[in-house]
Amino acid sequence: MEPGGTSGVIHDFSRDKQAFGVPWGKAMMWIFLLSDTFIFSCFLVGYMSVRLATTDPWPIPSEVFALSFGGDPIPLILIAIMTFILITSSGTMAMAVNMGYRKDRKKTFWLMLITALLGASFVGMQAFEWTKLIVDEGVRPWSNPMGAAQFGSSFFMITGFHGMHVSAGVIYLLVVANRVRNGFYEKRGGNYEIVEITGLYWHFVDLVWVFIFAFFYLW
Amino acid sequence: MASEEGQQHPISVYFWIWGLLFVLSFFSYMVDYLNLQGALRWTLILVFMFLKAGFIVAIFMHMKWERLALKIAIIGPPVAILVLIWLMAVEGSYIEETRVDYYGESTFEPEALPHH
Repeated sequence: MEPGGTSGVIHDFSRDKQAFGVPWGKAMMWIFLLSDTFIFSCFLVGYMSVRLATTDPWPIPSEVFALSFGGDPIPLILIAIMTFILITSSGTMAMAVNMGYRKDRKKTFWLMLITALLGASFVGMQAFEWTKLIVDEGVRPWSNPMGAAQFGSSFFMITGFHGMHVSAGVIYLLVVANRVRNGFYEKRGGNYEIVEITGLYWHFVDLVWVFIFAFFYLW
Repeated sequence: MASEEGQQHPISVYFWIWGLLFVLSFFSYMVDYLNLQGALRWTLILVFMFLKAGFIVAIFMHMKWERLALKIAIIGPPVAILVLIWLMAVEGSYIEETRVDYYGESTFEPEALPHH
């Protein structure tokens, strides 16, 4: 039995071998996600400083991202739907990881496929949102009719980078899901750790959205 | 070593957290929908944000069940970002002040939003 708590930390770091007690793939994914955390943090901190520094009024996201379904515009409704879609996909991903460890290939495959489809619909809605902003509201990275020019540059940079992560995640999910389906991992000893590693990436994408939602759309 | 069997937890845990994330997202959307302003708005946004982030990392990403060494290695470094936030907040406010001092208040006239 290995020691836990603080003495466990000392034990893990000083034992001159694998430190974290997780497969290397998982440790590497965590370290990649750590570096990604810094990238997104830099974007959000950059957004914060340009928003603080500008003397022009900041466009009100609640109004900019309002959408009308015939009647009065509902504030932030598309963003809210996108948020719920991403959370739903995180749930199906968590289920997929669970089913993977139970070696239920069929359920794992379908749950990962649903996760990927939800992710793809998120990207689709984002494309719709960008189009609406660029075409109808005249938002550009260098100017917009509603207020501070920095609004556009921050918006396209932050949501664009996040959207790229979601798109990459959809491809990643589809590749792994297909390999689960065709028995690729069965030939390698039936180890479904990869489903959890893919899940880590996917939950991270959801995690970043939590911060973007709070700081860019709600603030 | 936990990883030998992988991260296996009862499915009910995931359903609970899933539901909780929905409720928290709904609340944070309500902050905007009910048009809360001022300190109450910022506090609620941050509380719901950190709760959601915490549940995703702890439960969905299984951080709760990892060894302390991994927790420290991954969650520790981002704390440094707080220093960057503080520095840039000071800097940003200072730039705004100097802009007002040298160029005066903004004369920007926002156009009315086209509604769809």
